[in-house]
Amino acid sequence: MTAALVLGALLALLVVAFVARPFLREPAPRSDRLDELGEEERRRLELVEERDRALAALKELEFDHRTGKVTDGDYREQLGPMRRRAAEALKALDTRAQDPDGRTVRT
Amino acid sequence: MAALGRAALLLSFGLVLYAVVAGSYAAWRRRRRLAVSAQNALFAAFGTTVVAAGVLLAALARRDFSFVYVSQHISRKLPLGYALSAFWSGQEGSLLLWLLILTGYAALAVWLNRRARDLVVWVAPVLGAIAVFFSFMLCFVSSPFDTQPPPADGAGMVPSLQNPYMLAHPPMLYLGYVGLAVPFAFAMGALLSKQTDERWIVVTRRWTLAAWTFLGVGQLLGAHWAYVEIGWGGYYAWDPVENAAFMPWLAATAFLHSVMIQEKRGMLKVWNMVLVALAFNLSIFGTFLTRSGVINSIHSFSQSPLGGWFLGFIIVATVFSVALIWLRLPLLRARTRLESLLSREATFLYNNLLLVAFCLTILWGVVYPLLTQAVRGETRSVSKPYYDFFLHSFGLPLLLLMGIGPLVAWRKASARSLGRMFLIPFALAVVCGVTLLALGFGSSPPGLLAYTFSAFVGASIVLEFVRGRRATGSFVRLVARNRRRYGGYLVHVAVLLFAIGVAGSSAYQSIREAQTLRPGQSLSVAGYTLTYRELARVQGANYTGFRAVVDVSRGGSRIATVTPGENSYPIEGPANEASVYHDPRTLGDVFTTAQVVRGNVIDLKVLTKPLVNLIWAAGFIFVFGALVALWPDAVEQRRLTERYAAAAA
Repeated sequence: MTAALVLGALLALLVVAFVARPFLREPAPRSDRLDELGEEERRRLELVEERDRALAALKELEFDHRTGKVTDGDYREQLGPMRRRAAEALKALDTRAQDPDGRTVRT
Repeated sequence: MAALGRAALLLSFGLVLYAVVAGSYAAWRRRRRLAVSAQNALFAAFGTTVVAAGVLLAALARRDFSFVYVSQHISRKLPLGYALSAFWSGQEGSLLLWLLILTGYAALAVWLNRRARDLVVWVAPVLGAIAVFFSFMLCFVSSPFDTQPPPADGAGMVPSLQNPYMLAHPPMLYLGYVGLAVPFAFAMGALLSKQTDERWIVVTRRWTLAAWTFLGVGQLLGAHWAYVEIGWGGYYAWDPVENAAFMPWLAATAFLHSVMIQEKRGMLKVWNMVLVALAFNLSIFGTFLTRSGVINSIHSFSQSPLGGWFLGFIIVATVFSVALIWLRLPLLRARTRLESLLSREATFLYNNLLLVAFCLTILWGVVYPLLTQAVRGETRSVSKPYYDFFLHSFGLPLLLLMGIGPLVAWRKASARSLGRMFLIPFALAVVCGVTLLALGFGSSPPGLLAYTFSAFVGASIVLEFVRGRRATGSFVRLVARNRRRYGGYLVHVAVLLFAIGVAGSSAYQSIREAQTLRPGQSLSVAGYTLTYRELARVQGANYTGFRAVVDVSRGGSRIATVTPGENSYPIEGPANEASVYHDPRTLGDVFTTAQVVRGNVIDLKVLTKPLVNLIWAAGFIFVFGALVALWPDAVEQRRLTERYAAAAA
């Protein structure tokens, strides 16, 4: 019983120290503020997702065409708009990369 | 050592409570150190829960009957492996297993995704809140560390649980049930933090897939346990507790399909949130059914005080998730629409509707007897015909869709391309159906339809691989470039084999009810002749028993010997021992059970189960396919890294 209590107390000390570690390591940090996504980062994330979707859709269309699920006519009809969408997403991302404030972005 | 176990559990409770309170405050007030401290509390809770689990395992191994739990579930003579498996064969132990897996998963999920700080900061308190419930139950309602003056021996383990499958089946199910908490926590974290971009989906896809695989394997192991142990020759009886594991699996299956539409088209955001919440709440509901004693089942524990607590938790979790989804609806609007009802995404949508409809009809079948009991005070059971009707109504179209989906292009498919893609599978299915009809398989229309649809699905999957290989040049490159798609097709092959096995073994089985035999006498069933040779006595570590030695022959030549019988456990009582001959020629089984009538006269019951072994073979392919889909994907990883970078820019 005594051994169990000693072990329990040791365990408690260990976990308390571990939980308090961020405060023990940085008693007076310059900033304790948790980073937050701003409007700019959110928009950039949306554009990255849009670009990934557009590129994945192009890849799928290509593969579906090569495996015969999409006829030549359907392929030609869908390819143009998809390429345009992918190009727009890439361009918007590029523009943002050049102007991180996003002031000149047109989407 | 019970005191150490109690202390460790109290620490776990305190830590996860801290993770909820401090974690929520830190996320709300944007406090960095407090958020890290709350996440550390989750890591530490895993450590303290490991200590508690270690104490219980040690008590079981040492047969320490001063633990009430140990004395209630094992005996001195019980072999060590089964004694350790008592960890999850009782109510308190299985709650501890839940908490152990949950804190382990929570620690791992938070640590692996620490880069997505804005998301994880809310995920930690959600996971902590689930852990608070389970640790509270263990500390204050149903503790595995209650003590007593030790009795001379324990009550032993129910004989049917003394089976190797019980070493793996419950932990697998729990890994699945609890695993669904992680995508749920990330989904709720995304809603709470208003970060409804697709990171939560990319991050949790593998968690969902792993949980879904564990649930599937757990159910198959349970089905095989029921088949070899219970002695009725079946593997699934629509028992409420079996259904309890099946429902979240169906919801997770729907989610795994619909999530692809969100990733590829940015659609179904609300639906995916609903599915994740449904799968998680159904996993808690499943635990509630097993733990509360609210239903009678061979799997459930006796009446316990847990029912009300679980019900309360389910209500809170459901209301919380529905309210949060409702509040964040404006963030979940899709920007694109379904372009055509003849497209891959449309087939996924039909698949989702069927899966959820099937899931909800099963839920109604489980809940209805409970409601009639609560409202009218009378028990009305929902029996096999109800479930079979919906299995045929939803399961057969789902099977067919599994063949249609891969043949249809994304976005929209023209009638011409569809005609070309469907030609071979359709022709094969017609030939298969007509041939089977001519061979007399029309005795079971659902069985005939299942085989016909299976031919269609099988042909469509083979064609997918052949066309894909032609397009990429090699199978290895084909699969390596799109593990998710081709891993999924392998899982479809498993489901196909499973469907064929179920149809064969249920629709076309032969039963020879118990027939009294003396040594030397025979009986015949479905082309097999079984000759009873003698009665033999057996002795194990903690039982004695008998085995009827029965020769199985076909076409005049002996092909096997089966030994059905009965074990008698001095503490736990008698248990049937079925004996099965797996026939490699038919992929079916000759399933036998025997009971002594008097002296060496026995009653022998025989079932032949055509194609039943395909069900178990499907399990291996299922795991292989899931592993292919789970395997790390460099492209996906690169995208995720880029999104973290974009979020941190």
